[in-house]
Amino acid sequence: MSPSPAPRTLLTLAVFAAALVFPFLASGYHLYQGAQVLILAIALLGLNLLTGFNGQISLGHGAFFAIGGYGAAILTAKLGVPYFVAIPLASLVCFGAGFLFGFPALRFGGLYLALATFALAVATPQILAYRGFDAWTGGSSGVSLMKPYAPFALPLTTDQWLYLVCLISAALLYFAARNLVVSRIGRALIALRDQPVAAETMGVNAALLKTTCFGMSALYAGVAGGLSALAVGFVSPESFGLALSLSFLVGIVVGGLASLGGVLFGALFIEFVPNLADQMSVTFGESAKALPGAIYGVLLILAMAVMPAGVAGALRAVVRRTVHSR
Amino acid sequence: MNEFLHQLASGLALGGVYAIMALALVMIYQATQLVNFAQGEMAMFSTYFAWKLTDLGWPYWRAFMVTVVVSFLGGVAIERIVVRPFAKAPVLASVIVFIGLALIFNALAGWIYGYSVTDFPTPFDGPPWFGQRYMSAHESGSVLVSLCVLMLVYAFFRFTPLGLAMRAAAQNPTSSRLVGIRVGWMLAIGWGLAAAIGAIAGMMAAPIVYLDPNMMAGVLLYAFAGAVLGGIDNPFGAAFGGFAVGVLENLMGAYVVGSEVKLSVALAIIVGVLVWRPSGLFGRRLVARV
Repeated sequence: MSPSPAPRTLLTLAVFAAALVFPFLASGYHLYQGAQVLILAIALLGLNLLTGFNGQISLGHGAFFAIGGYGAAILTAKLGVPYFVAIPLASLVCFGAGFLFGFPALRFGGLYLALATFALAVATPQILAYRGFDAWTGGSSGVSLMKPYAPFALPLTTDQWLYLVCLISAALLYFAARNLVVSRIGRALIALRDQPVAAETMGVNAALLKTTCFGMSALYAGVAGGLSALAVGFVSPESFGLALSLSFLVGIVVGGLASLGGVLFGALFIEFVPNLADQMSVTFGESAKALPGAIYGVLLILAMAVMPAGVAGALRAVVRRTVHSR
Repeated sequence: MNEFLHQLASGLALGGVYAIMALALVMIYQATQLVNFAQGEMAMFSTYFAWKLTDLGWPYWRAFMVTVVVSFLGGVAIERIVVRPFAKAPVLASVIVFIGLALIFNALAGWIYGYSVTDFPTPFDGPPWFGQRYMSAHESGSVLVSLCVLMLVYAFFRFTPLGLAMRAAAQNPTSSRLVGIRVGWMLAIGWGLAAAIGAIAGMMAAPIVYLDPNMMAGVLLYAFAGAVLGGIDNPFGAAFGGFAVGVLENLMGAYVVGSEVKLSVALAIIVGVLVWRPSGLFGRRLVARV
């Protein structure tokens, strides 16, 4: 059992408060990293709804992240749409793309979905760089966009404002995901993961629910992609390759499959491991480039072997043990 | 017309590589109903191993044979050590483990051999064969090697007791165990064979796509497309699919979509087959009993 509702709510509020205070203590690059962690956490929330709760494998969520990023960049930079309209619009496009993409693949079991999404992840950078879309996507050189200023003359720097936008989005989306998984639909999603035949017998519309879940999950990735485009101020094809999609998978496995709180650990992990490797490259030279991949790979296998519930699951087990020993 | 025949010929050459990669994928799929996402990176690592041997001055074919044998043993070892513990785990866990394996091999290759793009030698040097102008010597040789691998694999499964035992173990593990087949070892040998075939595919692809730690991502994707197109539970379908995808990829790249978005051809094939004919051209239609 998870901890009883009251301590969990307190914990969530404490984390939120800490995250709210953070931009007024940290500055510059740390603030940027903080925003990145929140952005990754949003993407991981989406992937975890799909993979953790509904048991569908996606190796291609980087593609939806890319659609969100490019959508937001094109809408703001080329069409002059304000960012707070552009990101929801782009994520709606992601919902549609996810729904449509999930539709054919979902009827044939998890493995085919893994294959199709893998293909999507590998093909995405090439499609984004396609010369036919140059006028919109800028080809291989990508699109630049303006970072947003704080509105209403609030005494906040651009970085602080951006961080707060990410924090508010992450909090709202977390809240939505939490409500979703404890609702009737959430129970149906979990039932489809664990007992698909029984769930369908009970009247769960498997195809519709699974494709909608795929769409929702793509929507989360799209919001994250849009925010990431704002935070970086730039989108280009190379940043949306297979490596990005696989790091999302690493994030939810490390944080804990089917754990919404765990995505924070996952996001911290996939934000800081490559950073760490960059710092080590001073001592190790070029071979430090191999470090994130090696750590990710070993952890994926180890997590499946000894810690299938991830960091969140391990913490829960520790809490349970200490509470019971009293 | 000349240009068209030329594109067709190079499509066949890479198609041969896709065909034997697809065959390796199907071998593991038949026994476990799983697709090995690490197949490409394992093949890439074997290819680096072969490159190291030739770099040390070994003659090509000796390096080739040693690489195939070492890859076989490596495949067996991976099955016994890494894959076996997850035999009863859900599909999701197995896919995650395969992705983990792929990341590890990619990192290992970068760590040991570096990330620079390298030339890979071919044993088929010299002028094009049979006096034709469409196919380089390496491309002809590569098709020949692919066909040899396909025939050897067919002969192995059709005419040897071990091949028969492996087919039995894949089809009906319980009964096979009752008649004394060591089902676990059959699976390990299957992984070994798949790794060895992958190594050959890597060594044939490397002179064309050049050697670097990410060389097999595209090849693996086309092999997936080939396997799905031909039917993922049918070895010959998959091999045919591999050749077909190679030709299709080259022709589409040259005449329709442009060579810089060729990978989306694989995506389109996979999605298209799943929409219109999920069992592939030659696959069995699956009927599940609930």
